[in-house]
Amino acid sequence: MNDLLGLYSYWIVIVLMMAGFYVVISSSNLIKKIAGLNIFQTSVFILYISMGKVDGGTAPIVVEGSSNAIYSNPLPHVLILTAIVVGVATTALALALVVRIKEAYGTVDEEAISESDNEL
Amino acid sequence: MLLAFLVVIAFAVIHLRDLVAIIMLAGLYSLVTAIIFVVMDAVDVAFTEAAVGAGISTVLMLATLSLTGRLRREPRRPRALIPIIVVILTGVTLIYGTFDMPHYGDPDAPVQQHVAPRYINDSPNEVGVPNMVTSVLASYRGFDTLGEVAVIFTAGIAVMVLLMNRRRRSPDEDKEQS
Repeated sequence: MNDLLGLYSYWIVIVLMMAGFYVVISSSNLIKKIAGLNIFQTSVFILYISMGKVDGGTAPIVVEGSSNAIYSNPLPHVLILTAIVVGVATTALALALVVRIKEAYGTVDEEAISESDNEL
Repeated sequence: MLLAFLVVIAFAVIHLRDLVAIIMLAGLYSLVTAIIFVVMDAVDVAFTEAAVGAGISTVLMLATLSLTGRLRREPRRPRALIPIIVVILTGVTLIYGTFDMPHYGDPDAPVQQHVAPRYINDSPNEVGVPNMVTSVLASYRGFDTLGEVAVIFTAGIAVMVLLMNRRRRSPDEDKEQS
């Protein structure tokens, strides 16, 4: 039973990741796909942050006057800070591409786009 | 628990068709994630996620939606079977993989062994900043952060190039920087 509780956060992460993955591969609307990609991405962030947590730990900011405080691992936090900002940059790029696709094809629906490609 | 709430939001995103509702739920999802990060002691990450994930992403997506138009026409076709099978197979494989993972909060996990103790013990003296995340980000892994800036710069340039030669310029798309 204790085994299962210790792995609970990983399982939630996997369910979220698969939900995002499903949106990406099954939805034909490009904006919805990007939203699914964001869900996928955030689930990876949660995976990293949950690995850095230490039982009984506190945020990795030095507590004045106590030399034996337990801190959670700061390294995953740093990696994910970088990843969040890069993720927004790539999302912005994807959305700019969607805007251009809308101008070129007049739709953001993937199947309509491939239909008009086949007509050419 | 909050994590279960995230699952509810994710499934709502799967089932919804209205793009504005999807974008709003994505913002809510980011906000709940930020709360979870606070619970998991990652306060800096929570700030960033709340500001960038819930704020800027939502604004950018709404701006895109205002340019592309809110699609109502999407037909409800029968759910394809192949994506569901692929997703379930991948998920089951990943869950099988978690049985070898260290438990949540385990102080002896491999993640906690390598460079983390050095950062925790020495960085307050070596860098002089009480917040260890800051000292690792700006000092020990400063080159990572420099690379991050390069990525954001490239993305910003690409967005500008893509949107610059449009016939009708819209002002609110090419202001992404953080």
